[in-house]
Amino acid sequence: MRGGISRPNFQGESPDHPLKPDSDTTMALLKKSVCLWIALGAFLLTLPSAYAQSPAEPDFPTLVDELASGSLSKRGKTVEAIAATNHERAQTVLKALLEGSLESTRSDPRQVLIETGTDTYVLAANGEAVNADNLGRTKRIPIHNKLRSQIKTLLAQMNLSAADADVRLRAVEQMISDGVDGDSIALLQQLKADESSSDVQDAMDDAVALAQLESSDNETRLNAAKQLRGSLYPEVRGALQIVADNDSESSIRAEAQRSLDSIDSKLKMFRLGENIFFGLSLGSVLLLSAIGLAITFGVMGVINMAHGELMMIGAYTTWVIQQAFPNQIEYSLFMAIPAAFVVSGLVGIAIERGVIQFLYGRPLETLLATFGISLILQQAARSIFSPLNRAVSLPEWMSGSLQINPAFSITFNRLYILLFGLMVFFALLAVLKKTSLGLKVRAVSQNRPMARAVGVRASWVDAMTFGLGSGVAGIAGVALSQLTNVGPNLGQAYIIDSFMVVVFGGVGNLWGTLVSAMSLGVINKFMEPFAGAVLAKVLILVLLILFIQKKPKGLFPQKGRAAAD
Amino acid sequence: MLTQRLLTSDKGGMLVLGLIALTCILVPILNLAVPESSPFHVSTFAVTLLGKFLCYALLALALDLIWGYAGILSLGHGAFFALGGYAMGMYLMRQIGDRGKYGDPLLPDFMVFLNWQELPWYWHGFDMFWFAALMIVLVPGILAWVFGWLAFRSRVTGVYFAIITQALTYALMLAFFRNEMGFGGNNGLTDFKDILGFSITADSTRIGLFLASGIALMLAYLACRYIVTSRAGKVIVSIRDAESRTRFSGYQVESYKLWLFVFSAVLAGIAGALYVPQVGIINPGEFSPLNSIELVVWVATGGRGTLYGAIVGAFSVNYGKTVFTTFYPEAWLFPLGLLFVLVTLVLPKGLVGLIGRFKKSKSTSKQEEQP
Repeated sequence: MRGGISRPNFQGESPDHPLKPDSDTTMALLKKSVCLWIALGAFLLTLPSAYAQSPAEPDFPTLVDELASGSLSKRGKTVEAIAATNHERAQTVLKALLEGSLESTRSDPRQVLIETGTDTYVLAANGEAVNADNLGRTKRIPIHNKLRSQIKTLLAQMNLSAADADVRLRAVEQMISDGVDGDSIALLQQLKADESSSDVQDAMDDAVALAQLESSDNETRLNAAKQLRGSLYPEVRGALQIVADNDSESSIRAEAQRSLDSIDSKLKMFRLGENIFFGLSLGSVLLLSAIGLAITFGVMGVINMAHGELMMIGAYTTWVIQQAFPNQIEYSLFMAIPAAFVVSGLVGIAIERGVIQFLYGRPLETLLATFGISLILQQAARSIFSPLNRAVSLPEWMSGSLQINPAFSITFNRLYILLFGLMVFFALLAVLKKTSLGLKVRAVSQNRPMARAVGVRASWVDAMTFGLGSGVAGIAGVALSQLTNVGPNLGQAYIIDSFMVVVFGGVGNLWGTLVSAMSLGVINKFMEPFAGAVLAKVLILVLLILFIQKKPKGLFPQKGRAAAD
Repeated sequence: MLTQRLLTSDKGGMLVLGLIALTCILVPILNLAVPESSPFHVSTFAVTLLGKFLCYALLALALDLIWGYAGILSLGHGAFFALGGYAMGMYLMRQIGDRGKYGDPLLPDFMVFLNWQELPWYWHGFDMFWFAALMIVLVPGILAWVFGWLAFRSRVTGVYFAIITQALTYALMLAFFRNEMGFGGNNGLTDFKDILGFSITADSTRIGLFLASGIALMLAYLACRYIVTSRAGKVIVSIRDAESRTRFSGYQVESYKLWLFVFSAVLAGIAGALYVPQVGIINPGEFSPLNSIELVVWVATGGRGTLYGAIVGAFSVNYGKTVFTTFYPEAWLFPLGLLFVLVTLVLPKGLVGLIGRFKKSKSTSKQEEQP
């Protein structure tokens, strides 16, 4: 300000010498500049088409190589062109660019590579592996947020027109969770007309309606809120909640609330289904752990406190087999099941021959002796395999989950273990009912002297029965190893539960064991939300203690003479 | 008259009782009066260890009373022991007052830590010793009464009873592990300062607790002896040997069993209450089924069905455990498990029975020599 005042304007006179050209020169100048502008404009107008046409449909590798050079804005066009080629590797390249694993070398000509791991690269254009040693330094190809969202949309569009309906469905779901913009609405509406799968159509409707919830037109919002009734995507629920709370139109608020209520009641139903499934899954674990006991305790009347440790042996067998064949993890379970049956069964037979056979008719002494054995086995596991837990790896086919809808999914390992538990149960039932061993087992358990009198080798049957029950415990251990860590305390955690299952179901009754295991599992799962996992367990134990007071012989007591003792 | 009934024809008992009395006289003298440099000095550590063994012996006695005489195998007797211990622990906790880490005059440290504002209702009254003492007797007693009433009335016996008592202590363990229960959760109750105004770490207090445990054990022994030599004791033994026949003879089997079970639980509670100030901590681990079953093996090793056998068993197994774990701290479960198997297979009457057998064979061989 001070300068403005003090400095005199010496150039003040310069406008006094204006250019005064003659009219001819003015015209010429004007013409020239207009021409120039037209030419420039024409050049600018032709640029995109020239770009698109000049290399006459540029092939995929060229386009990919172009990613390595040029400005960010140009890269946007290249990306679109790549998407337009519909090349089989187009998606891979774009995904790599999105994730920042697309790199270029500094050599000339530049190579565009995808980093697939630390210092392992493949050529982006054709997926051929390259030797990382000769590459020199590589540089990540940068992208910015605008490009990132552009790539996302392009990828979604490519997936939306994929041949596989599952891929299309997943693409729509991805769009729902990422948010749908105006362009995508048009695209979805256009694609929906040609869509063959009704699932995908429904998902597309939901996606469009979700975007329309934010529209400024009241009618559109109202219809969108109506359309979204019963849609299970969490994003839909969130968006509806916002509309129901904040929308300016009361009719739309009410409509959104109605849709929300219908979603909530649906969710509740699926949560119920999920609870039942988890309960059954827990029940199947209980069934597997109790079913061997149902034979040794229920049929033979032997209290085997080492039962849990026989399960532990089965679980460790799985671990050992996985260690022995580290490349065959996929098939390890099929090897582990018979192996665990044999190992645990042999240990069981050794226990029976070594200790239990001297203690028949003295249940309390049997209990104490087998408890001692369980301590020895636990300590042995601790000494051999270390006191730390061992992680048994899950084969590929056991992991993952079956997605039934956005609110309800079933994990494969639990599903398979549930099925496996039932299979073991029915197999055992068949052994007891249909085979000659089963016949002898039942004969000895019903009337020992009479069975001996007709020529059944009672002591051999005892050993076999005990071995069978122990082998089943080993199989249960294999299943358990897929759900929890394998450690020396694995068995201890299940022994009281298994006894409770057998006692609850009724001693000497396999069907009772099935019913009681499943019902205990489901009850436990349903009590957890109210009481918490630990308290639920405590409450179940207390309820069981009370139940035994009422029906000391269990849910399905044995009838007739066998029940007398 | 009474002393005659209690002590005659109980040579083993007399011997064990005499030994306990002798320890109760000698150990305090050797600890307090004999200088530390002397080889006869008994360290305070040893006194505490012996005091712990006395509590274990009392617990074993309680179990032997119901298992050995009434044939009721409880795999959850550790629960009554731990409940008595918790009652005592709550008293000791309240005695800390504002000397805790957080200096709260009313709330124990763990409650301050959990942001609790006031004392839960069940913690009231535990600042008074008489109330705590009452609870030490009442809590295990009432639990045993309710549980026993339910169990015996519906004639749950034998193995079933053993398993549901194990479930009982397991359930209690899970419950006490929860912080919300208000018993210190995982860590339990610890950092005790003093008991009845005496510092808990002082040598003289240790001796006092040791003496209390010894006297409690001797009194409990006499009380159990009184019960088993009474008419009721005869009925109890007959229940063990032939329950149905006793019932048909007109005796109320259930009430005999119930009161014996309650008395045994109270003894276990007292043992726990004496145990806690000596070891200085009580936590949910005491409820673990393994503890209860270890207790069963003390009784089995000593010889069930003779009251002094339980005391012998508790001392010998625990002494063995102490010695063994100093050399092989990890592998205690091997000999313990082996003990279970061997005792049930080879020594059904325990160590006491072994001595008896040895004597018998000697006297028979003498008889053979005489003629």
